[in-house]
Amino acid sequence: MADREERRFAEVPRESVKLMAESAGVELGDDVAALLAEDVCYRLREATQSSSQFMRHAKRRKLTVEDFNRALRWSNVEAICGYGAQDALPFRSVKEGELFFIEDRDINLVELALATNIPKGCAETMVRVNVSYLDGKGNLEPQGTVPSAVQSLSDDLLKYYQQITRAILGEDPHLMKVALLDLQSNSKIAALLPYFVYVISGVKSVSHDLEQLNRLLHMVKSLVQNPYLYLGSYVRSLVSSVMYCILEPLAASINPLNDHWTLRDYAALLLSHIFWTHGDLVSGLYHQILLSLQKVLSDPVRPLCSHYGAVVGLHALGWKAVERVLYPHLPAYWANLQAVLDDYSVSNAQVKADGHKVYGAILVAVERLLKMKALSLSQSAEGGFSSQPGSVVGALGYGVSSPGLSPPPEPLSEAALGIASHLQAGGAGCPWEEWTPVPLPAMYCELYSFFGDSLAVRFSTGPGFGSYPPCTPPQPNDARKDPPGPAANPDTTRKMPQLTANLNISPRQDGSPRTEPPPPSLAATGPGRSLARSSSSSSSVQRSRSSSSRSGQRSAGPSRDVFPKARFTTPQTGPPAFSFLIGGRQMGRRCQGRRPFQTIFAPTPPLSAVLPRTYAHKLPVIGRVGKPVRRWACSHYSLHLPL
Amino acid sequence: MAAVQGGLIDTEEEKDIKTEPANDGCGNNNNNNTANDGRLLNASPGSISSGGSNKPATGALEDQQTLLAVLQFLKKNNLSESVEILRREAGLSEDTEDSKGLDSSGAGSGGAAGNVDSESGDANSLLSRVSVSSSAVSASAVQAPSKAGAGEDQPDVNVVLSAYSQQGDPALYDVYYSSLKKFIESVLDCHRAELSQVFYPLFVHMYLELVYNNHENEAKAFFEKFSGDQECYYEDDLRVLSGMTKKEHMRGNETLLDFRTSKFVLRISRDSYQLLKRHLQERQNNQIWNIIQEHLYIDIFDGMPRSKSQIDAMSGSLAGEAKREANKAKVFYGLLKEPEIEVPLDDEDEEAENEEGKPKKKKPKKDSMGSKSKKQDPNAPSQNRIPLPELKDSDKLDKIMYMKEATKRIRLGPDTLPSICFYSFLNAYQGLTAVDVTDDSSLIAGGFADSTVRVWSVTPKKLRKVKSAADLSLIDKESDDVLERIMDEKTASESKILYGHSGPVYGISFSPDRNYLLSSSEDGTVRLWSLQTFTCLVGYKGHNYPVWDTQFSPYGYYFVSGGHDRVARLWATDHYQPLRMFSGHLADITCTRFHPNSNYVATGSSDRTIRLWDVLNGNCVRIFTGHKGPIHALAFSPNGKFLASGATDGRVLLWDIGHGLMIGELKGHTDTIYSLKFSRDGEILASGSMDNTVRLWDAMKAFDDLETDDFTAATGHIHLPENSQELLLGTYMSKSTPVVHLHFTRRNLLLAAGAYNP
Repeated sequence: MADREERRFAEVPRESVKLMAESAGVELGDDVAALLAEDVCYRLREATQSSSQFMRHAKRRKLTVEDFNRALRWSNVEAICGYGAQDALPFRSVKEGELFFIEDRDINLVELALATNIPKGCAETMVRVNVSYLDGKGNLEPQGTVPSAVQSLSDDLLKYYQQITRAILGEDPHLMKVALLDLQSNSKIAALLPYFVYVISGVKSVSHDLEQLNRLLHMVKSLVQNPYLYLGSYVRSLVSSVMYCILEPLAASINPLNDHWTLRDYAALLLSHIFWTHGDLVSGLYHQILLSLQKVLSDPVRPLCSHYGAVVGLHALGWKAVERVLYPHLPAYWANLQAVLDDYSVSNAQVKADGHKVYGAILVAVERLLKMKALSLSQSAEGGFSSQPGSVVGALGYGVSSPGLSPPPEPLSEAALGIASHLQAGGAGCPWEEWTPVPLPAMYCELYSFFGDSLAVRFSTGPGFGSYPPCTPPQPNDARKDPPGPAANPDTTRKMPQLTANLNISPRQDGSPRTEPPPPSLAATGPGRSLARSSSSSSSVQRSRSSSSRSGQRSAGPSRDVFPKARFTTPQTGPPAFSFLIGGRQMGRRCQGRRPFQTIFAPTPPLSAVLPRTYAHKLPVIGRVGKPVRRWACSHYSLHLPL
Repeated sequence: MAAVQGGLIDTEEEKDIKTEPANDGCGNNNNNNTANDGRLLNASPGSISSGGSNKPATGALEDQQTLLAVLQFLKKNNLSESVEILRREAGLSEDTEDSKGLDSSGAGSGGAAGNVDSESGDANSLLSRVSVSSSAVSASAVQAPSKAGAGEDQPDVNVVLSAYSQQGDPALYDVYYSSLKKFIESVLDCHRAELSQVFYPLFVHMYLELVYNNHENEAKAFFEKFSGDQECYYEDDLRVLSGMTKKEHMRGNETLLDFRTSKFVLRISRDSYQLLKRHLQERQNNQIWNIIQEHLYIDIFDGMPRSKSQIDAMSGSLAGEAKREANKAKVFYGLLKEPEIEVPLDDEDEEAENEEGKPKKKKPKKDSMGSKSKKQDPNAPSQNRIPLPELKDSDKLDKIMYMKEATKRIRLGPDTLPSICFYSFLNAYQGLTAVDVTDDSSLIAGGFADSTVRVWSVTPKKLRKVKSAADLSLIDKESDDVLERIMDEKTASESKILYGHSGPVYGISFSPDRNYLLSSSEDGTVRLWSLQTFTCLVGYKGHNYPVWDTQFSPYGYYFVSGGHDRVARLWATDHYQPLRMFSGHLADITCTRFHPNSNYVATGSSDRTIRLWDVLNGNCVRIFTGHKGPIHALAFSPNGKFLASGATDGRVLLWDIGHGLMIGELKGHTDTIYSLKFSRDGEILASGSMDNTVRLWDAMKAFDDLETDDFTAATGHIHLPENSQELLLGTYMSKSTPVVHLHFTRRNLLLAAGAYNP
């Protein structure tokens, strides 16, 4: 028997038989044991074969202990008890004796009997019907009802769920805040996750209601931040809801008064947060996000607000994403954007305003790209922790094929809000230029050809700045904020005022948001050689709400003053020597005000100097404006700017 | 003549079987089988071997054989002097003995065994007799000289001799088999496929003989060497065989019993058969010839040899193909005439008539005018061939409802596939084993492995019990809504649980009038439940082993059950004993279905055959072979002409009942098919499987393509078109939910059911 090479069956060796006999107090000879062993094997096989028909008739694939016992019973053999438990039996071995055995723990019956944690019976068996295939249309995905948490949902949870959703979607802001906070910290709501995710997926049905969208996004944020929740594959669903808010031409955006821009910004911020914290749950998520952003960006039929969303989203995902997707796509896109912006007809005004938004977003993204790239280069040159940002980000970066086409200006809902661009021309970088390897200058050159002077790269204070990148990966928020420095304010004197002034109906109280390109007092026109110059852009801010603001006013210098102020506070300490010019006064204020909602461009303390670049290009400065400052008082931050 | 055995006997033997309660399942079957075999032996082998060599010689030759055998025995025992003497006295030359001795002695023993077989009616006795005789080997060996010298006790001597000769040459099995193999491989292509059929049964019997004679090592070697040559669809049986290497194990092994007690049936053309016979005679390959004589039934036909694919299509069952005679009986597959019922809104739809209707022998009132429009189907049995219950008023109402629904029925086709609803059993941790849905799709019932039966209402109408007797006495029996008043509103619920079985419930069936529910269980009983009181009414005991399936007749009253004891039983709800027993399957009966006209019952079995039984006389009128695994699903087409079957091999086979032919093969499923259902008009066949899919097949096309020329019908040789892919209309996946049951509603919506299996 032993010499048989191919073993078709489990075989019981004679040694085992002997052992068992010994344990029963019988001494067996070798030949007897061998015979017995063989017979045991055969009986085992026989029982297994007859037990398999019980399995077949029970319409199962898995042979159970019960099946085997039935077979034994029907062949008049005593059934084997004690192996019916569902959990696997631990199979142990003792090295010394070459013994293998199944662990058989003693059970303390008293303890068991008095145990207080009485297991609940399983839920009631029920029949549920679902119409799976209408008219015989085939399906690719398996369908069917999956009894997830439904049946096990306790009344308490159900109540909780109702209360929470009611509070979040209800009127009372205080309640909402409490609800969101709880959602963020409650450790017992795992069973409800699918329901919340489902509720959130309702974004598509409330795309007309910015407020509701906002609340749903907050819900996403709370769920994402809840440390007790394992999102699993629900991440995908959440991401798609968020992406919806970023990219879709929401119904709410038809009304120019609705500040859907902020929503998009916030959603983009959220996206990056989800991605950074939970991106590992779903493989290929980053790639998918990039692809869909790229698809939107390269789709000329999409309205400008969608493009805006795509740019903001890319920006939020980090400079690598910008480099991969936006940058190669820029030349194609540029032409169309330019066409929009160059159209001065009244009918085009709204579209043009939107175009400016996009322009501003691109500019910010690109500027951060330049800065980060430079930084990573410089840091890698310096060694040390510098490698961190690069590597981390780099790890995420997938190659993304350069996007295709130009987006033709698509008429769309007018930009409701003023546009404030707090882009500043930083002392473009002489210093860092030196360190940059070839691609960077090339990139800069190309970008410069688009943006001209409005492209400014500003470094925040060396140390502060330096500290950012490393912390970006873990904290997307920071990543978001770190564009602070580099805000390029392109402003072209001639166009800007008109554009923005006309468009803006922003109810802001503060004066003309519009910052004129300040006389380029760019001190730091730098040492840079290849960089055309340090460009200082005036931070042109369009206040959408400030209808009062006149174009004239905006063009006025004073408005700019704030801007530089802020920036000046953080003079660059890094090796590169920059000097900044103050672009505009009001900018700073505005930035602060803007911060809550325009998260992407949230001004960090350091602000770059503004250098009004002459108008190499026709492009106007694009301002961006969020909602009125008041609305977003600090008290609300906890909700709206959680990140 | 051969076809009928099982059934005829069953009816007669009913008494015996019942009186012998315990442990009798197998025994009885074997009784029947061997009895049949015995009969066959008398007739068929004679005819087959009439041209053969060994018959004519009988008298003188057998004597000589005996002598030769004795000589050998003496030689072996080194009794050389006796050998000399005997040889001298018998006048045998040395060389005849050597060359012929073994073979002829083998032949002799074979013949003898055959005789034993044919004379004894009892299968069990076969084994016991052989074993007795084998023990006699040693005993008689001592007295061999004297006994052999006498030579008058033919059977005994022959048994001894057979054991003797086999003892001598276990190694020769290998040689025999190889030489036959070589021969078959060298014959013309057209014969090779046919002759190759011989391999498997020969292999099995040779192996068993080796094992039986305690040549364990030779048996293993033999198995190792040749098991790889066998067709892959015998894999399961081979596995059982390979596990059996000891003589002691042969006792009580069911598979083995099947081989020993039933003849393996082969269909071979006359030419091929002649070739084989000639070869075996030339080579004196008597060992093999004996096995062929003894254990094989060769059904010879005139005409072209069949091709490999034709053979493969039909083979695969435990006992070879069905004999052609087995499928010759006339089957009345037509539908019964429908009763004439006045339909309030009279839409004449021809669809209604396709469906089975309630028969009514004499329908007093109502219009009898409609009868002329539907004249009696020539293939239908007479209306009262089987007595059927009279229609009750409620049945008529239901019939009217049915017709109304039928007018709204969607006509299905390849372009208009049905919508599918899936009933998922959630939290069915106890194991869902069977499902049934009422014809009007208002109730669904599940049988579970925890011995319960659960009934759900799938309409808003809740399930209610009838009030208790005390309460019933209080209600006003004259009121119009008395039927409503008898129901106890307090008990209304969506589902009811029926407790009573003591083992998993494997089969379940609603009565057509929705008043009763049948369930069959591992505990060996079939239970009848009332859906008015939700209590058990009767427990039908008869099967002493697990009952795998049960089904109500389409007209109610009768039901059929089948199980592990290999006997299908026909019952009437008001009899506690079965009315008919259908015996003949060689292994468990796994599923049972009623023909739409209620005159026939189809059973599928683990022996990989399907049998059709006549309810009237209990005869087996059809045997369908071709499946390569146990059959788990059967479905009659609504017009009664066709049968579809599904098995663990994942294939659906289509059968023409009238001609007794396989007419189609639907490949696509990757796992056991547990449910089959034709759409109400028979255009679509739906199949549900363990592989979590529902597949729809174009049944119309499958049946249209059928070429039933006379030749095919006469010979049973079919050419199956390879058109599964064209016939497959759709594949629908569920989410880890094996499809246990399928049902077309009266409007042709497809309902599927299964338990979610995380």
